[in-house]
Amino acid sequence: MRVTILYFANLRERRGAASDLLDLPPGGDVAMALATIAKLHPGIAAQLPHAQVAVNLALVAATTPLSDGDELALIPPVSGGAS
Amino acid sequence: MRIAVLESPLDLGPVVGAVVGIDRGGLVTFTGLVRRKGRIPDVVRLEYEAYRTMAEKVLEQIADEIEREIGGARVAIHHRVGSLAVGEAAVVVAAAAPHRAEAFTACRAAIDRLKQRAPIWKKEIGESGAAWIEDCC
Repeated sequence: MRVTILYFANLRERRGAASDLLDLPPGGDVAMALATIAKLHPGIAAQLPHAQVAVNLALVAATTPLSDGDELALIPPVSGGAS
Repeated sequence: MRIAVLESPLDLGPVVGAVVGIDRGGLVTFTGLVRRKGRIPDVVRLEYEAYRTMAEKVLEQIADEIEREIGGARVAIHHRVGSLAVGEAAVVVAAAAPHRAEAFTACRAAIDRLKQRAPIWKKEIGESGAAWIEDCC
């Protein structure tokens, strides 16, 4: 199956691209996608554990299964801001 | 339009127009402006980047939940993306409610939750360098 990976902000700059297409074996989950990204793009591997993951616009856990055509976004920490 | 992520300059008029009504006697607005002094001391401009489709969904969810929590309240949020100069508005929020206390509470809740949850990032561009603002403070 093939999923679209989206990068934003710091991760996008370090990756040098806003998106990737990733081929995964059937039954793959978010954790497998993250491990594959880390292997393909070691320059962002250290940042991946700090990112939240959204699949099809909703935040998900690492154990969430993926389906062909899913959009997986890596969400770096947001700016927060002093109150 | 109650929720928007826009590349054009923001104006309070549309968010106010989206929340006022004859049963809402209190109206509170918040405007977030680009400041000169950020993490770096000499900010020239900020670059805001959004995961637009998710940001719009999250802002809708925030407005919906505050309206559920505070009876009679209405909330509207517009966020800017792209390159902003010091002094420009990055976000405008309007909250209206039957009375002022609920309107203040709703407006404060909207901007606080946006800052924590909306997938929107900013990069400070200064005279001495540039930095993505992460973590939070």
